[in-house]
Amino acid sequence: MTTIDIPGVHTEQGLKTEDLVVNIGPQHPSTHGVLRLVTTLNGEVVKDMEPVIGYLHRSKEKMAESRSYFQYQPTLDRVEYLSSFYDHYVYVSSIEKIANLKVPKRVQYIRMITMELNRITSHLLWFGTFLLDLGATSPLFYAFREREEIFKLFEDVTGARMMYNYYRFGGVNADLPPGWIEKCRRFIRTMPQKLDEYESIVTKNPIILDRTVGIGRMDYEACMKYGVTGPSLRAAGVDQDLRKTNPYSGYDEIDFDVPLGKHADVYDRYLVRMAEMRESCRIIEQCLDKIPGGDTQNILNKQTEIEAARKAAKEKGEDPKAIPDIDPDWQYQGQKINLMTYKPPAGEAYSVCESPRGMLGCYMLSDGTPKAYRVKWRGASFSNLSVLPELMIGNLYPDLMAIFGSLDVILPEVDR
Amino acid sequence: MNPQDYYPQWLSALLGWATGLLGGNINWNDFGPLLTVLWAVVAFTLIAIVAQVSVIFMVLMERKVLAWFTQRKGPNRVGPWGLLQTLADGVKLLFKEDIMPKGTNKFLFTVAPALFFLPSFVFFGLIPFTDQLLAVALPAGALFVFAISSISVVGLVLAGWASNNKYSLLGGMRSAAQAISYEIPLVMSVLTVTLFAGSMNIDLIVKGQQGPIWNWYGILLTPISLLIFFVSALAEVNRIPFDLPEAESELVSGYNTEYSGMKFALFFLAEYASLFAMSAFTAAFFLGGYFSPFGTFFVEWRTNMSAYQIEHMALPAGQFNWSLLALQVEMLFWFMAKTYFFIFLAMWVRATLPRLKPDQLMGFSWKFLIPLSLINIFAIAVEKYWVVLVPQLGGAAQSLPVLQAGSVMNWIGWLVVAAVVFGIFFFMMSRLLTEKLEARLARR
Repeated sequence: MTTIDIPGVHTEQGLKTEDLVVNIGPQHPSTHGVLRLVTTLNGEVVKDMEPVIGYLHRSKEKMAESRSYFQYQPTLDRVEYLSSFYDHYVYVSSIEKIANLKVPKRVQYIRMITMELNRITSHLLWFGTFLLDLGATSPLFYAFREREEIFKLFEDVTGARMMYNYYRFGGVNADLPPGWIEKCRRFIRTMPQKLDEYESIVTKNPIILDRTVGIGRMDYEACMKYGVTGPSLRAAGVDQDLRKTNPYSGYDEIDFDVPLGKHADVYDRYLVRMAEMRESCRIIEQCLDKIPGGDTQNILNKQTEIEAARKAAKEKGEDPKAIPDIDPDWQYQGQKINLMTYKPPAGEAYSVCESPRGMLGCYMLSDGTPKAYRVKWRGASFSNLSVLPELMIGNLYPDLMAIFGSLDVILPEVDR
Repeated sequence: MNPQDYYPQWLSALLGWATGLLGGNINWNDFGPLLTVLWAVVAFTLIAIVAQVSVIFMVLMERKVLAWFTQRKGPNRVGPWGLLQTLADGVKLLFKEDIMPKGTNKFLFTVAPALFFLPSFVFFGLIPFTDQLLAVALPAGALFVFAISSISVVGLVLAGWASNNKYSLLGGMRSAAQAISYEIPLVMSVLTVTLFAGSMNIDLIVKGQQGPIWNWYGILLTPISLLIFFVSALAEVNRIPFDLPEAESELVSGYNTEYSGMKFALFFLAEYASLFAMSAFTAAFFLGGYFSPFGTFFVEWRTNMSAYQIEHMALPAGQFNWSLLALQVEMLFWFMAKTYFFIFLAMWVRATLPRLKPDQLMGFSWKFLIPLSLINIFAIAVEKYWVVLVPQLGGAAQSLPVLQAGSVMNWIGWLVVAAVVFGIFFFMMSRLLTEKLEARLARR
């Protein structure tokens, strides 16, 4: 009989111990999708970890080369489905950059409002699932309550709850429904109290502190090495927010702060995200006050006024065109374009924005045909995920849930 | 009643009533041995029914309570108010295919759920629902409870080992470590109660708390033991925040990952049965068991008789002792109210707290609960000397309902002890809850 030599280590007591290799995922409750983590455990201590990705690869970049610009756009909703306004924004704005399309001010504000609301929904889902991973079940339901409210607002605007497909080249699909601004304002005013409510059961909870404080420390060097961006980077104290450093879509007109952490651990990442939701509320409130044209009913009234004046002028025999058109900044679509056949001129552009997970970029190369020559996406989740092994090695297995949860990775964005 | 016979008084009363209706006149107490055997059968059947029904009710209760905590409605489709939901789930589990994965140790895989189920079932025989609705009153019942509860851990470890699944193995190992850590404070907190009761017989421990509400051990005499016991009991029955063996976000489902069908149902059943049993023991040890919080039972007040008199009323044959029945029902009501209070508390904790890490779990037990329970035992010993023995030496008090004695010495002694015990407790709690965490936040 042959003996099989199992590779292992002899302890001081002469016991032979063996490392345990666990395939965490692709089907696992807390990998947030189909991520596989090949983990070597020594008892409960993680000795090695290797993320395996690609289970959700849908060749989003290649798809762009076989579809028209407008046909490709709805597929973007499925990439980062928790905050798809951002994908649409970078896609649309890269085309706007190539074609030099003018974006009306009102559109910029609508985009800011929807993007910030989307940031809140994304962070709320993160809040729920992060705590679910830590074993607390109730916060998920509280977070979903407010997320539902925002989804109702989105449904009014875009007609969809998650797959919006709302932004258009140089505009948006439709103007905000009349009365929506007031509805949104009413919700946004209650949101900070709701956030207080969440924090009251989580922020100073001794078990949460025990599980998160000082865990998964990701300092500046580690962040730079892996290209970590977003709240995880800001939790390390790096003041890097694209909304501030290179303002887009009118963020330079808004007064807001960038919440920063100090200790770069899981707890600070939690605090930064909670503070970001409050800042988003501030941004939305300012946008709702400052939006050109105000409520849509106001614009509709103005349009009927203009039409009536033109009719009256025509009856009087005057030139109806002498009466000025509605302010171009009040419109929801800049230049009228035929979306199905739209082709931007040849050229290239790279557009970035600060998504809830970090820097989201879209590089677009157009050769003047109705299909893009090449589209390259830069998702924040991929870089944020690749830092995980470095944070995990030497930590306990249950820390995986705290650390991985705190990075806020979404797998469709990793694989694209 | 002969000392070697064991059967409750109501059994003979019931039989006497029944034979009286049939025209006979038999004193069933003359058939002691027969009744003892009969009682064993009756008690087991009753226990089986009570255990199943209580679990079915508790699963629904847990789902409803968690739903209320999280602003949902909970099950409300099967039966009125969702009452039959658990039954439907049970039927589903019964009809499910019994899957046994490749590479499992078939014998251990099958035996493990039974081993886990066994102690939680035995618990029900030891619970004093009323002073007569009690299957066995073992002289060392309190000790027996914790001895038998250790068996369930063997079931968990075996389930983890036999499943041929790495998550299950980790879950099984965790449960072993957890059980070793938390059984010590569990037993030590009950030790303080036995100090007061002077017995390990659960029935006598309950009887020792007769009288006004402050005679309940958990209220004034050993409140810290109550806390230690309840926390350790949560760990013993694997509830959040101590549900590491099945931590679903880490270990998928821990030790029962590979189980399906009726084997899974056994695990599920046993978990809830143990929660019920542990809550019942908390009520029995610390909150006066079946005694009314008003000092006297409603039935006693109504009939102007003491419970003893009601139970030993001499009645002509064929006449049923309705007062006795009413008394038993009232006792059962108080016992169940207290038990469900603790069950609700466990559900509340589940809705509020996240899960601990294994090292924190161990640390909490070995660095906090065990030192605290050691100090607690010492403090209770001193307290017993001051509160019980000193007044007795002075001739002020005759029996255990101690604070009725009301001598000045008694109260001073109690205050001193209370100051010491509570002082140590709050010192340790403050260290645990504020200082340590703030220091930790500052030290990062």
